[in-house]
Amino acid sequence: MVLSPADKTNVKSTWGKIGGHAGEYGGEALESRTFASFPTTKTYFPHFDLSHGSAQVKAHGKKVADALTNAVAHMDDLPGALSALSDLHAYKLRVDPVNFKLLSHCLLVTLACHHPAEFTPAVHASLDKFFSAVSTVLTSKYR
Amino acid sequence: PDIMVHFSAEEKAAITGLWGKVHVEEAGGEALGRLLVVYPWTQRFFDNFGNLSSASAIMGNPKVKAHGKKVLTSFGNAVKHMDDLKDTFAELSELHCDKLHVDPENFKLLGNMILIVLATHFSKEFTPQMQAAWQKLTTAVANALAHKY
Repeated sequence: MVLSPADKTNVKSTWGKIGGHAGEYGGEALESRTFASFPTTKTYFPHFDLSHGSAQVKAHGKKVADALTNAVAHMDDLPGALSALSDLHAYKLRVDPVNFKLLSHCLLVTLACHHPAEFTPAVHASLDKFFSAVSTVLTSKYR
Repeated sequence: PDIMVHFSAEEKAAITGLWGKVHVEEAGGEALGRLLVVYPWTQRFFDNFGNLSSASAIMGNPKVKAHGKKVLTSFGNAVKHMDDLKDTFAELSELHCDKLHVDPENFKLLGNMILIVLATHFSKEFTPQMQAAWQKLTTAVANALAHKY
């Protein structure tokens, strides 16, 4: 699966429109939506306060969003840009690959809710591909 | 998995409440259209649908719209029979397995497209709790449709 020039444009453009809300959306996607819809994902955060509005989860959502913002800026070299995170997920976090799809889906839902006009089918497809590409890189060193 | 899904009173109310506001014809076409755009390999089931060559061709294709409406109308049955999905979809399950030869993975993909369409239509109203209830329903319908395989 390859990100076409059109995909890259769609992703950059949409991410640009999100502006300063990326952190907020990351928190919403992770905490509110992923944990609520897919409770099994909470098993990776036994050390977190997972109550609603938790500062830890908000901070973590922002962390994820910032990493995605970095990925958007380096779409021509995702393996390079995400190398450290790839190591982290492979050797330390070891999040089962299925969970990347769950978070990706919730990120898409979050974006669809906040930017319905921008979230056309073509943009939706590009973003889905982008999250999929990021997920692939993050799980690339698993075995 | 043969586990009965249980919907709480709140979940049922949330789902039914939102469903009442859905334009089934429009939303159905959009959900199916997005499936074919975002996951192009799903076009394998629709060789006779005509022009599927671009996102706009797909979204404007009258056969896609008609079929999407059919599928989502059937989904409306799920909303009415949340406690009895296996029986409600028994016949359709056989159909999808024996005649249509659809990999059940596609039911999950379409379910997620329905959710995303609801998100774009209802925006802030599609809260995390609303999503969770609908996520449960689409998963349960997907499982019911896969039951006779």
